[in-house]
Amino acid sequence: MTIIDKTADVPASRGSTDGGGPLLDVRDLHVEFKTRDGVVKAVNGVNYSVSAGETLAVLGESGSGKSVTAQAIMGILDMPPGRIPQGEILFRGQDMLTMGYEERRKIRGQKIAMIFQDALSSLNPVLSVGYQLGEMFRVHQGLSKKDAKAKAVELMDRVRIPAAKERVDDYPHQFSGGMRQRIMIAMALALEPDLIIADEPTTALDVTVQAQVMDLLAELQREYNMGLILITHDLGVVADVADKIAVMYAGRIVETAPVHELYKRPAHPYTRGLLDSIPRLDQKGQELYAIKGLPPNLLKIPSGCAFNPRCPKAQDVCRTDVPALLSVTERDGGELPGRRSACHFWKEQIHG
Amino acid sequence: MGRYVARRLLQMIPVFIGSTLLVFLMMYALPGDPVRALAGEQAVDQAQIAQMKKDLGLDLPIWQQYWNYLTGLFQGDFGTQIATQRPVAEVIGDAFPITVRLALFAFAFTAIVGIAMGVLAGLKADTFRDRGLLVVTLLLISVPSFVLGFLAQYFFAHQLGWVEPNVSALAESHELILPAVVLGSLSLAYVARLTRTSVAENLRSDYMRTAVAKGLPRRRIVGVHLMRNSMIPVVTFLGTDIGTLMGGAVVTEGIFNVQGVGYAVFGALKSREGSTVVGIVTLIVVVYLVASLLVDLLYAVLDPRIRYA
Repeated sequence: MTIIDKTADVPASRGSTDGGGPLLDVRDLHVEFKTRDGVVKAVNGVNYSVSAGETLAVLGESGSGKSVTAQAIMGILDMPPGRIPQGEILFRGQDMLTMGYEERRKIRGQKIAMIFQDALSSLNPVLSVGYQLGEMFRVHQGLSKKDAKAKAVELMDRVRIPAAKERVDDYPHQFSGGMRQRIMIAMALALEPDLIIADEPTTALDVTVQAQVMDLLAELQREYNMGLILITHDLGVVADVADKIAVMYAGRIVETAPVHELYKRPAHPYTRGLLDSIPRLDQKGQELYAIKGLPPNLLKIPSGCAFNPRCPKAQDVCRTDVPALLSVTERDGGELPGRRSACHFWKEQIHG
Repeated sequence: MGRYVARRLLQMIPVFIGSTLLVFLMMYALPGDPVRALAGEQAVDQAQIAQMKKDLGLDLPIWQQYWNYLTGLFQGDFGTQIATQRPVAEVIGDAFPITVRLALFAFAFTAIVGIAMGVLAGLKADTFRDRGLLVVTLLLISVPSFVLGFLAQYFFAHQLGWVEPNVSALAESHELILPAVVLGSLSLAYVARLTRTSVAENLRSDYMRTAVAKGLPRRRIVGVHLMRNSMIPVVTFLGTDIGTLMGGAVVTEGIFNVQGVGYAVFGALKSREGSTVVGIVTLIVVVYLVASLLVDLLYAVLDPRIRYA
């Protein structure tokens, strides 16, 4: 059994809705996959919460469990082989993991929607985009084919797809990458959900389009006062739009912080490593820093702190004891709201 | 689109000529002689035979014979059978409707049952249900159709007495059900396997995940999003299968005594009636070509990424 973070949720959110309590509250979530080689522990006790209008960025390398957590929230994990042995996912205070299929289905798309990474493969290649957008209204609101199509055009206009009316009957392969991602966004927005999970929405796009898509997403989020979980490995994207950040490693959250705090003073050596590996203009010509080693094998997560084999500051205690995600304080003991770190030596990291 | 169809239709001309020529040459190469066969075991006068051959044009060089046949064909003349003196067109006219009905029954059986089996197995890949289908289809593929035909005949006609062992000359529809099932069983196995693989593969695709994330009901996810994509390869196979079913009916028609095209071809082959064999085979080739054209057009309807110019 993995050791669980017995700590409470991530930082108190700013704009809570519905008389307190965050919109989404993930508590001690575990996800594992049964494979031929053994049980892969993809998520090992994740806690985070998002409130209306708030943007949580979940940061981490490939295989850190950030997408699996999102899929568990959406209820689109492949089960089997996936399994959720432990944890709660509270949406407006109700645990979605104990709901029936139909109840859960009604939340999907209507209350919580998801934007996927690769819009080309995530859109059905043989159905027109108008059909796929309109489907949301037809299924959830019972609109007629004609009304649904009109709504689809409206949505395409809202995500600024030029000539929406002419293009509504086109198929996904007839759009450019940026336009396709806009269609994905439009689909997620269709029913004005309370929460949107964006799983690396800009990874497949080129840099100029990335910025446009992120701006659009941020703007629409503000307009509808939605909660947003932004899953990414791109620290540059995060800085502009996120309110708070959760850094994941080997299926656990290793650090949480308000966005600018994290950049200024990381409280975990892994976060430090991530920040140091961003290419910077003023270090032109020097060798770029890289975190040594590879992400851990999730079949055999290292004992103690999962990051210890790669950590430049690892001590004996790191190899034996799993560090809990604890509150981080100022040097004088003053509170740093929303900051937590799962490192035995967070003090040295943040103040040293 | 129109240009594409026109091009495809024009392409049929060389295929048509080539296939008739091939079958014609094969018939010529076969040992035996239709005129000799008329006499059976009796001794006959060589001069008489030579005279008959001359009357029928069979003494001409093969190229000339082929040319005469082809020109006759373009005037709508399929030739005349030597032994029975019946026009070949009449033989075909009697046999073709029966085989077409048999093939259509077999096709419907293949398509409906095969796709249903494939979907059921593919939705739950690697379960008991799926493995069961794999075993059944393996059995159907490995057992030759004449064995299957005789087994079916033995059980359903001789043991259970549900049907007559032989189909009457009228070939009523209900009589054709059992032969159609036997005829279609091999294709059924292929269709089921193809559908199963296609469904299982598409089930794992990203757009299926999107469909679930959109909160669509399960029957819509499967019925619309999964099926539209999974049917593309199956439709291709089914199209070419129409031709195979018509041509492959020879054995099945023999077992159940269905007096269709296979029966006629087999009879004609035995008595070396070249014009009959060539006529029927050519017609099957044409059916095959038209079916594959239709499939290619349907392909574009199913998959918008394919466009013909």
